[in-house]
Amino acid sequence: MKPAPFIYYDPRTVAEACDLLARHENARALAGGQSLMPMMNFRYVMPDHLIDLNRIEELAYLRVEDDTLRIGAMTRQRALEASGEIGKRCPILQSALAHVGHRQTRNRGTIGGSLCHLDPSAELVNVTALLGGTLHAASTRGARDLPFGEFAAGYMTTGLTPDELLAGVTLPLPKRNQGHAFVEFARRHGDFAIVACSALIGLAESGDIASAAIALSGLSHAPVRPAAIERALQGQKPGAATYRAAAAEAGKLDATTDAYVTAAYRRHLARVLTFRALEQAAARAMERAHG
Amino acid sequence: MADTRTLTGFGASVKRKEDPALLRGEGRYVDDIHLPGMLHAAFVRSPHAHARVGRIDKTAALAVAGVHAVIAYADLPESVRRQTLPLLVPHPALRHPRMPHALAKDEACYAGEPVACVVADSRYIAEDAAQLVDVEYEPLPAANDCAAALAQDAPRAHAGADTNVAARFPVKAGDADRAFGGAAHVFREKIHQHRGGPFFMECRGAVAQYEAPTQSYTLFVSSQGPHRLKRCMLDMFELGDHQARVITPDVGGGFGPKGSYYPEYVNVAVASWLTGRPVKWIEDRRENFLATHQERDQYWDLEIAVDARGKILGVRGQLIHETGAYVPWGIVLPWITATTVPGPYVIPHFKLDVVSVYTNKIQTTPVRGAGRPEAVTAMERLMDRVARELNIDRAEVRRRNFIQPDEMPYNVGIIFRDGRPVTYDSGDYPACQAGALQAAGYDEFPQRQAVARKSGRYLGIGLANAVEATGLGPYEGATVRVSTSGKIVVYTGATPQGQSHKTTLAQIAADQLGVDFDDVTVVTADTAAISLGMGSFAARTAVNAGSSVHLAALAVAAKAKELAAGMMECMGDDLELAGGYVRLKSAPDVRKSLREIAVKAIGMPGFSMAGGLAPGLEHTAYFTPEQSVYSSGAHVAEVEVEIETGAVRILRYTVAHDCGRVINPMVVDGQIVGGVAHGVGNALFERMVYDDNAQPLSTNLGEYLLPLATDVPHVDLVHLETPSPLNPLGIKGAGEGGTIPAIAAIISAVENALAPFGVIIAEAPITPQRIVELLGEHALGRTR
Repeated sequence: MKPAPFIYYDPRTVAEACDLLARHENARALAGGQSLMPMMNFRYVMPDHLIDLNRIEELAYLRVEDDTLRIGAMTRQRALEASGEIGKRCPILQSALAHVGHRQTRNRGTIGGSLCHLDPSAELVNVTALLGGTLHAASTRGARDLPFGEFAAGYMTTGLTPDELLAGVTLPLPKRNQGHAFVEFARRHGDFAIVACSALIGLAESGDIASAAIALSGLSHAPVRPAAIERALQGQKPGAATYRAAAAEAGKLDATTDAYVTAAYRRHLARVLTFRALEQAAARAMERAHG
Repeated sequence: MADTRTLTGFGASVKRKEDPALLRGEGRYVDDIHLPGMLHAAFVRSPHAHARVGRIDKTAALAVAGVHAVIAYADLPESVRRQTLPLLVPHPALRHPRMPHALAKDEACYAGEPVACVVADSRYIAEDAAQLVDVEYEPLPAANDCAAALAQDAPRAHAGADTNVAARFPVKAGDADRAFGGAAHVFREKIHQHRGGPFFMECRGAVAQYEAPTQSYTLFVSSQGPHRLKRCMLDMFELGDHQARVITPDVGGGFGPKGSYYPEYVNVAVASWLTGRPVKWIEDRRENFLATHQERDQYWDLEIAVDARGKILGVRGQLIHETGAYVPWGIVLPWITATTVPGPYVIPHFKLDVVSVYTNKIQTTPVRGAGRPEAVTAMERLMDRVARELNIDRAEVRRRNFIQPDEMPYNVGIIFRDGRPVTYDSGDYPACQAGALQAAGYDEFPQRQAVARKSGRYLGIGLANAVEATGLGPYEGATVRVSTSGKIVVYTGATPQGQSHKTTLAQIAADQLGVDFDDVTVVTADTAAISLGMGSFAARTAVNAGSSVHLAALAVAAKAKELAAGMMECMGDDLELAGGYVRLKSAPDVRKSLREIAVKAIGMPGFSMAGGLAPGLEHTAYFTPEQSVYSSGAHVAEVEVEIETGAVRILRYTVAHDCGRVINPMVVDGQIVGGVAHGVGNALFERMVYDDNAQPLSTNLGEYLLPLATDVPHVDLVHLETPSPLNPLGIKGAGEGGTIPAIAAIISAVENALAPFGVIIAEAPITPQRIVELLGEHALGRTR
């Protein structure tokens, strides 16, 4: 479990890093290293060139601009977790972060690293899908924006080209009338979830559901936004019957079987977690409406 | 002798001598050993569970800068080529013994079997080059399940073998079949158990240094007993006693499998012999999953016959045990399993037909509990079944069947692996269970359960009892020496892996020598320090080494008095040892220090020894127990099962434990709590997953789940002490009792929580997914 030989670079600017990526074949960018380093040690990944982004200060930022949250790719997960601004404007991100690894891994782990690793049930990937985030790629050819659907190209495969790095992500902030929830089921504290479900529920003045967003991860290669379920929730009264109907539909989504977890169990968890997420999100939305 | 016990002697919870160095990062593990000119080894391992191994092309690997050697079977010294690794415990029932060569000769029988060894300037280079060794493999069909491997047409784990059966043997007492004839009730349970491995924090590792002038080997190895490994070295390399020294430094966990002799150890020695340089190999975590022995599958088919009141008439059935590719420990593991089944219960008639079966997976050898957790799980499943069928409380049905304390010593009627009848020396099983139930609030549990049900929560309680053979012989010796500084050194072959031997053995020595335990240093696990040793496994060190230290210290104390009597011109009987002196009982100021006596004892050049005494103030004792001594324990687990996800949370965990007289209660507490953690892993998390071709899929700690701190409950402990009459200190083993009943108790609790849904659990581990499967529609919970 020693990595294959590689050449190491530690650029100080995005331009320098992009230049290195453009010039070298089989190069990989290193963010917090919480996944890439073990994968290199296992020789699952054997880059010839390793471009360390940790000294690029311009990649670590966190800004609320109008109704969006802009986060630099090298912003540590721990910084997001500790941000009062995020706590106020985007609490679902912190709910999700509570499930990401352990404090020690969050001290090093970055949002960009997690997004690029693109584990099917990663919490930050889930929230990006839920909020409809936009990913910002950089290369010597110029900047490029990718919607989440385009970014999540395949199983642990991003839509970035080999000469691009992820510079940041922009997340639309939840609306004031929306309550949030992030629930997941993992075997142990800090493990990747088997299935995770996030939800945003907005209530109309009538008390009916005005908007619903759901992201389910762990079922297949990337989080899914079940549009039909989201649509069907609109105009419904919040309550167990409504959540139950939505949950039943979530339990019919496509899911994969692997050596450890069956598709049937994943679908079962999708059903259970969808119910819980809707219940929690709607309760929070009601609190907001009355508070 | 006067009671000179101090606050640090036998029975005191003194802090561990080991900790200050370990906490400061000053421990010395194998990987901390850096010898001048040392090279590093990496292994080419079979990627197939079963394959013919053909031509090996080393050219590309040898061309890598920094590579010193690539060793294949053909490059091994003649004596190593000629032999397989030694079968440590042969047995006549083992009709088809199979052991591996140090490197695969022409067939690889598990994924990870070493095929070649690459030696280079660094481990990095060695791994690079290992990838370039070109081995011709012809994949063969693999035996991947021990039950399926019994079929006539099943693929053979060893090509050309007539059968996959390694051994078949019965373990019996009385006439089980007759007992079943007139029974009021007979119940049958089929149970599949998949126990976990020994995933110690420090993986295996070895450093070998060959010295050409003396043609001798020094081997530093992370092990559970260097003396047995030395004997293996002598055999493999055909050496004289003086040509091998094996040393085990600090060890970060062993749990059984570090007691085996592995191919890698032979190869580092060969590599040092070939290159003339010291060679190190440190197992990485992937190798640990592939190549370190584990416990794994057992299929049970058991019947119990009881009378109308639930009193056991007999137990009979079949056990299919997976041995993996080879049998380094013979049939020790299934034998221990079989003989542990009766436990604390009177079972007049017992018969278990055991078959040990080869598969193309890494060998199974004892892991903490050594086959006993499986036996207890099987037996306790039967007891729960009887309770359920006859509508008797689970604790009560056990009470009706306990061996009573006044029946001790109790002959179970079967033969243990030490060749002696299983004869429990002492114990009070009813009191043990009663203690656990009381501390666990067992009688009040139905109220707790009912309250929780009202809010849709499902609580369950489970209990399990076990009796454990500990302190197996033949011996573990100790030399106790008073050095000329007056300080005490104890040398022993005992090999701590975290068990605190350097503390507990010092406590025992200090008692008899009247010194503070800080004045005692315990030197373990060096074949140059004491001539014979067995090592630390099977919860045997406190009994064997502890008794030896005690006996040796007594002899040294007697000799110190004899010498002092001569020096002080008094009678030895008038003397006592205290505070580092031998002094007159009647006038404590009249005294000689141990230092003075030790100097006197080694003599002076040219002068005869006074009084014809043998020189030296030291003694070596080898306590040889006549049989095992039997510890016992009762565990009670209280769990909550979340029916919608299948998640199991342990709310409360109680252990009542009897390991005889306790040397250091704090150390025993640590052993038990650690053992429970191991059991929690076995019950709820640990599973080695293989594909149909016996290819291991769980090869890291992200896929093979060990319990985290958040998964291990606080453990409430109840200590009972029924001293063993079979050793001078009344000690029994304590290393495994935390693990042995844990699976059974937790499974019982989960089943109890799910009783409203009629769920029966006949397997371990039990996972959330499986619980949801068993619950069926009920798992829909609020979403239904």
